[in-house]
Formats: sequence, C-alpha cells, structure tokens
Amino acid sequence: MMGDKVTTLLKQTHVQPATLRRLLHDRWQALEVVFWLLPLAAFFLFPDYLVLGSQILIVGLFAVSLDLILGYAGIVSLGHAAFFGIGAYTAGLLAVQGWGEPLSGLLAGGALAALVGYAVSFLVVRGGDLSRLMVTLGIGLMLYEAANKAAFITGGVDGLSGVEMWKLLGLFEFDLYGKTAYLYSLAVLFGCFVMLRRLVNSPFGLSLRGLREGPKRMPAIGAPVRRRQVAIFTVSAAVAGIAGALLAQTTQFVGLDVLGFPRSAELLIMLVLGGAGRLYGALVGAAVFMLAQDYLAGLNPAYWQFWIGLLLVVIVLFARGGIMGGLEVLYARLGRKAK
Amino acid sequence: MIGNLLGVLFDGIAYGSLLFLISIGLSVTMGLMNFVNLAHGAFAMLGGYVCVSLMTRLGVPFLAALPVAFVATALVGMVLERLLYQRLYRASHLDQVLFSIGLTFMAIAAATFVFGPTQQPVSLPEFLRGQVQVLGLDLGAYRLFLIAVVIAITLALGYLIERTRFGAQIRAAVDNPQASAGLGINVNRVFALTFALGSGLAGLGGALGIDVLGLDPTFPIKYMVYFLLVVAVGGAGTIQGPLVAALLLGVFDVAGKYYVPEIGAFVIYALMVVLLILFPAGLYGRRA
Repeated sequence: MMGDKVTTLLKQTHVQPATLRRLLHDRWQALEVVFWLLPLAAFFLFPDYLVLGSQILIVGLFAVSLDLILGYAGIVSLGHAAFFGIGAYTAGLLAVQGWGEPLSGLLAGGALAALVGYAVSFLVVRGGDLSRLMVTLGIGLMLYEAANKAAFITGGVDGLSGVEMWKLLGLFEFDLYGKTAYLYSLAVLFGCFVMLRRLVNSPFGLSLRGLREGPKRMPAIGAPVRRRQVAIFTVSAAVAGIAGALLAQTTQFVGLDVLGFPRSAELLIMLVLGGAGRLYGALVGAAVFMLAQDYLAGLNPAYWQFWIGLLLVVIVLFARGGIMGGLEVLYARLGRKAK
Repeated sequence: MIGNLLGVLFDGIAYGSLLFLISIGLSVTMGLMNFVNLAHGAFAMLGGYVCVSLMTRLGVPFLAALPVAFVATALVGMVLERLLYQRLYRASHLDQVLFSIGLTFMAIAAATFVFGPTQQPVSLPEFLRGQVQVLGLDLGAYRLFLIAVVIAITLALGYLIERTRFGAQIRAAVDNPQASAGLGINVNRVFALTFALGSGLAGLGGALGIDVLGLDPTFPIKYMVYFLLVVAVGGAGTIQGPLVAALLLGVFDVAGKYYVPEIGAFVIYALMVVLLILFPAGLYGRRA
C-alpha cells in the first residue's frame, strides 16, 4: 500500500527530528526513489488522467515553495499566489507576444517572481506574524487588483488566452492528451526538488530551522537572521513563479484565479494536510488535496468547501503535523514495539 | 464640488463606522486573547442572515430584528469560544489562522446550503429610506441612522470599558492575564464574555450593513481584509485605534472608488501596505 511505502520512506529519509542531531547528508534513500517512480508509473497506468496529473505536479511544486518559507523558516504567508501569478502571467504574456519557447519562459517567470519576491521580502521579514500575514495578504490582493484592472494586458476576468507554445526542446509538441505536459511538469518538479532538497539539507537549511525554532537565539550565535529570511523568501518566490509559469504553459491559459486569495489559502491547507517542514509532505498534501477535490467537488462544490474547512479545523485541533506527521508518530510507535 | 466632497466624506464616515462596529470585536480578540481570528466576518454574516430570516420569514420589523441578531450571534460566539477557540489561545498564529480559515470555509458552505448563493434583500422601514436635508446637504437617512447607532454604541462601549468593574477586569486581563488571574479575576470568564460581546457586535454590524455591504455567502472573505486592516492599522486592544483606522479606511475607500474608479480597490490595499510599513504596531500601537 501507499501508506506502507511512505512509512518506510520516512524510516529511511532523514526528516525525523531525532536524526537532525546527526550531521546532515543528502544521500538518496531507496524509498525516495520509489516515491519518485510513482508519478512515472502513473503516466503509464492512468493515461486518461494526465491533465489532472500535471495539475497535481504543478501544485505540488507550488506547495514545496511555500514549505520552504513556512515549514523551514517559519514565515507565515497568506499571499503566496502572488508569485505563482507573476510566473504564470510572465510565461503566458511572453508566449502571447510571440516567444513560445517553454524553458526560457519558465526561467523568465521564475526570475521575475524572484525579483518581486526579493523586493517584497524586506517588507515581510521585518514584522511579527500578524503584520507578515497582513503584508503578504495585501500584496497578493494588490496584484490581483492590478491584473484585474489591467485587462488590456492580462485579459482581466476573461483570462489570458492565445498562449501558443513552441515545441519543447524543439522536439516534443504539447499534445491534446497532455503527455508532453505531464512529463515536462514532472521533469521540472523533479529538477527543482533535487536542488531544494540539497538546499534544505545544507548548513543554510539547518540555520533556517534554527530560525524557526529559536528566533531569539539565532542572532546570539551570530546567524544573520534577516539575510537568511530574505534569501529563502526569494528562493521560494522563484519556485512559486516557476510553478505558475508551468501552469500557464501546460494549460495554455492564464486565469485571474492564479492570483486569487483562495489559491493562497488552499495552498496553506495542502501543506498543513501533508505536513509542513518535510518537502515530501507538500507533495503528498497536494496530491491528496487535488484528488479529493477532483472527486468531491464533482459531487457538489459547496459541500467540498465545507469538508475542507472541517478537515482544517480537525487537523489543527487534533492532528498537528498532517499526514506525514501522523505517519512519523505511527512509525515511532511501531519502532518502540519492535524493540 | 464642495458638496460633492462632503457627500463622499459623509458616505465614507458611515461606511467607516460600520467597519468599526464589526471590527471592534476582532480588535478585542487580537488584543486580549492574542488570537488571529479570520472567521470574524462569519459572525457578521450570521448576524445579517438572522436579521434577514426574521424579517422575511417571520415578519419581524427591522429595528426589532437588530437586537435579536446581536444576541443570537453573541450566543453562537460564546459557544464556539468555549468549545473550540479557547483550545487555541496558546497555539501558534499559524494554527489560529488555519483554524479560522477552516471555520470560515464551513460558514460559507453552510450559508450557501441554507440561503443559496444570491444576495439577500433587506427592506428598510419607511423612515430610514430616502434622503434627509441637513444644512443644505442631501444625506442618506439610513447612513445618518447608522452613524447615530455607532456613536451610541461607541459611547456605551467606552463607558463599559472605562467605568465599570467588568471593564476594569477586561483591561487588567489585556495588560497581564497571569497577574489578573492571581488577583482573583476569572480570566476565562472574562475571555468568554468579551468574545461573546465582540461576536455580538459583529453580528449587529452585519445586520446593519446589509444595505451598505450587501449579504451573500462570500461575505466573510470579501470583507476579511477590511476587518483585519482596521485592527492591524488601529492597533489591537484599544477602542480609539480601530475607530480612527475604520474611519480613515472608510473615507479613503469611498473616495477612491468615487474619484478613481479605474483603479478601484487598489487604493485601500496600497494604503494598508504603506500604513503597515510606517506603523508596524498600528497607529495607537500596543500589541499587534
């Protein structure tokens, strides 16, 4: 079963708090490899669901970007969709204006989001939780309004259509079944993940965790708090921008909802559902959330919102740590019994 | 031109006083309990729906429905506080945010299920409709009524907090919950009653605001920013801070929408970010 795999996966990766005491290393474990073979297997097993599949991969990447600032550095954001939207509009507009080369569009989206993220980060990191919430929320809403009012560029509420993508690497055309889109998304997600996995397992990543756990103590050991926070916020914005660009390119459409508050809120929900501060939690949360949404929202959209709200309340009150956190606890108990 | 300006100012003040009425409860929750409650708008929505249901289904007159909206919302607030909110007073802000977003989603879904997704109509009594001539200015009768109600409530609140024993307990609990508990103040009871009062006022604001803000299931999300803004700019835990912030916000929002409609809500978000940068702890900052 999926659950067993993830449990064993946890056993072998170094995401458990206990192993943090040891020196960090980033050797790949067998079960991480298995985890990454799952989406590849899905490509062959569910050829009819590739469109949903690439959505999951893209949103997974987006969730990983939030995990960097929230799960690792402890920076709360209610407006992360801003960077997702910047990436999406950048890639979308480039293609509409006649430059449909996918990889450079992706990089442009990421770069612009990183730039905005860098500028914004100075406003975000200076306050406490509440003002961070408000500033991120405000920036998200401002961008939404800007895109809404600048309809002559962005298409406003009608969305940006006419996004024509060239062949990927000059070889693979984006087909109707989403095969290219799926593999492209998977490759980008995996590529970003490998780099971010290395990043969070570096001394830099460890210092981020230190900031989260003891914001008052880190300056005392000489860690440049603000600089670290600005750095990770910028990286996170860049990854969110890449995810947004990926969505624009694979769906060949940019809707105003890429910038909306619901997207930021749902992203938080996915991360908390999967378990923050683990990278894999973001991916698991995104997958579970998207699959549940696909099934339940098909039954009735209003009920879906009710259940997701209830789920959130239950997670906060009773199941801190989400799916991956729960599996860790389960594994710890089993381990104790085995001894 | 001058009359025009005064008209905008008047509308802005009416709008701002409504925002104040709804947000004052949030200011107390954030200042007193240090709880980031994004679901506050849901209480306002509940008050609005109670008012509308009473009027359309039972034929209760508008003015009689208002106190019922206050009491009903206050009761719901008290029950939720005892059952759920109080468990999270010591939790991280992130947990509080997630929890209250969850509550908001549930409230929206429930409102859609019960009342449908459409705007709810409200029929104001005859004497509150139309315009009134004041000093040569045509002012909306309902907006005058709104401002009067909010002034009355603000004075009553000021009296409650500054002059009564309960008010002294609230202030003591805000300043130092541990010392207050040590002096024999039942801090939990103060929290519950204050939360109920804040929710009740939000409910009353929601009921009063149907004509100005509208009422549909997306209400809690649509106005969430405004309520948060009032508190963040005004500084949590005071009365005059949110009052000034709400009036500022109301005037700027109305003026922005009137004079520069093409950039719309942009004015208010820009104002918010600028104010937060200039005054990180709010205009009357104590704890934000």
